[in-house]
Amino acid sequence: MTVEAFIRKPESAIEMVYLDNNATTKLDPQVLEAMWPFLAEYYGNPSSIHQLGAKVGHALEDAREKVQTLLGAEYSTEIVFTSCATEATSTAILSAVEAMPERREIITSVVEHPATLQLCQHLERKGYKVHWIGVDRKGRLDVEAYRRALSEQVALVSIMWANNETGTLFPIEMLAKLAKEVGAQFHVDAVQVAGKYPINVQNSDIDMLSISGHKFHGPKGVGALYLRRGTRFRPLLRGGHQERGRRAGTENVASIIGMGVAAELAYQALPQQMTRLAMLRDRLEQGILARIPSTFVTGNPQQRVPNTSNIAIEYIEGEALLLMLNQVGIAASSGSACTSGSLEPSHVMKAMQIPFTAAHGTLRFSLSRFSSDDDVDYVLAQLPPIVERLRMLSPYWDNANNCGSAEMFTPAYA
Amino acid sequence: MGLFRKSEAAFFNPKNAKLLSDANARGDVGSISCGDALSLSLKINPDSEVIEDAGFQTFGCGSAIASSSALTEIIIGKTLNEALQVTNQDIADYLDGLPPEKMHCSVMGMEALHAAAANYRGESLEDDHEEGELICKCFAVDDLMIKRVVKANGLSTVAEVINYTKAGGACTACHEKIEWVLDACLAEMAGEASAKPLQVAAQASAVVQDIPVEDIPMEFDAALAEKITVIEQVIAEVRPAVQADGGDIRLVDVEDNLVFVSMSGACTGCGLSGLTLANVEVKISKALGEPYTVFPVQETAPVAKKEATYDC
Repeated sequence: MTVEAFIRKPESAIEMVYLDNNATTKLDPQVLEAMWPFLAEYYGNPSSIHQLGAKVGHALEDAREKVQTLLGAEYSTEIVFTSCATEATSTAILSAVEAMPERREIITSVVEHPATLQLCQHLERKGYKVHWIGVDRKGRLDVEAYRRALSEQVALVSIMWANNETGTLFPIEMLAKLAKEVGAQFHVDAVQVAGKYPINVQNSDIDMLSISGHKFHGPKGVGALYLRRGTRFRPLLRGGHQERGRRAGTENVASIIGMGVAAELAYQALPQQMTRLAMLRDRLEQGILARIPSTFVTGNPQQRVPNTSNIAIEYIEGEALLLMLNQVGIAASSGSACTSGSLEPSHVMKAMQIPFTAAHGTLRFSLSRFSSDDDVDYVLAQLPPIVERLRMLSPYWDNANNCGSAEMFTPAYA
Repeated sequence: MGLFRKSEAAFFNPKNAKLLSDANARGDVGSISCGDALSLSLKINPDSEVIEDAGFQTFGCGSAIASSSALTEIIIGKTLNEALQVTNQDIADYLDGLPPEKMHCSVMGMEALHAAAANYRGESLEDDHEEGELICKCFAVDDLMIKRVVKANGLSTVAEVINYTKAGGACTACHEKIEWVLDACLAEMAGEASAKPLQVAAQASAVVQDIPVEDIPMEFDAALAEKITVIEQVIAEVRPAVQADGGDIRLVDVEDNLVFVSMSGACTGCGLSGLTLANVEVKISKALGEPYTVFPVQETAPVAKKEATYDC
């Protein structure tokens, strides 16, 4: 099969209304076009001196500048390419604790992505004191608790900018400013913000920031760490001199090129897409709330990224919903336990104290610039009968009165 | 989390998803906090004890709904006693298997059936579910159980914990977590040991080291002997099926409401032996009328180590 034949074969794609863009996004065709030559023709090692390597090296620097623009960084050299955002976040956290060994405390929040959560738990077991800052019922950070936790013992603050489940935004600039006052390094997990909300690290107190290419129509397997010039740093991967010695290992060139193009496209589209997606999301959200009883939006509706809506559908379980949505060609996500093989609702829903009757049935719709009005119409037509069907099966739902209650079913043997 | 083909069919077209208006037995199990709840209602013929109809309502994932549907299909037409022989593995088999992390859905079906039978017979079942942090999702083993077994048997390695509890015996994803629980438990035990007066420690040490285990005087306990007879009977019932699969199960010891069994042959290291144990546990609990916990142990485990307390 020729390369061209493979590129131009959209009919092989599964037809779906894809509203799971916080999980991953469709590769933009322009990104794929840009990547191909670096998989086929330009295979040189960017570290090599010869022509083939130099050509690739220049393309790599071009991609770096595009990511620099998306993040509003002062220097392109502040961008370090990684294999994913998890690596970028791990690098940031482990670098800070190693670079400032005299400080033995870390601040983070209880609603972080597992990349941060699990690593901080690991460091806690290794003897670091971790301040886990809570959130209120709308997912807003307890800023007073954050202030109280700050001290000159804190090596690092690592906080997400937007929550992956609810889209709720934290006041990152303000939090970074407070962290700087005690000399702590400040890292932001901006995975769910990049390409959805304006970022300008240059005019902030952010020292480090993680992004992932596949969350804004780039390829999977590539991420970047913004590392402010002058920040005390210790690399996670040591070895070769790639990325100025800050991340050893031959670069994933084609994916980096792809992420560069994706960053450029996202940056250009951002002003127009922010408004369009917010309107589309609101129509979806209002439509669901109007059509299905016992539903509500989780998170902070006033401060969130424009593409995300997390709706709790009470008295049914999320995985069952996803299976039925999948059957009619709708891809969404859930904070439900069963999707992860666990038995408990997501830590984000628990942290926001969403009642169990609702926490198990949360549905996350996340839109992208490829989402359309037709997608929203289709979900609004398909979702209500599916919810009705599952509620008919639920012991917590009173079909006669079309309402539910946790008290309806109280097993003696639980 | 995907469904297997047959469970997918049972999920999309569940059978007997209804409330029985003329039910004379009901088993309500699960909890909203765990995300799984099942209400099973049965219409049992009072003369023949044949289950003439069954209905269910389930709050849960696709596998939970499919398992509920399968359960009702399996038991309709059986007598109550026949139905009580149904195991969660039978439910899973009926669906051509369930993913390991979904086996708890079939367990819920079995629990509902036992609860319904108890309800019909005017008996009561007590909640013996743990409330600790779930460590092994495949076999539903929590940290409290691991700690209890570690202390009871003086375990010190992850491999031993896997052998004794089956936690981590299937997908292995929880091995690191088991290690954390083990470390915490060992630290706790070390703390307890150092807190004890030296004299007591010396006495205990003398007992363990100097007196042959066989020489420790055993007070005859008629109630215990009776209990052991019942447990032996339950194990004897289960053994033919286990042996048919190339394994074996043998009673090792009984302490309070803990039953220690040894599994050998094909059962050693088998991912599904946890289900056999769960089945034995349910049968013993039912036969003795109170909740019992069945632990697998290695036959070579030193008897003296079981002198530890279970109140972690």
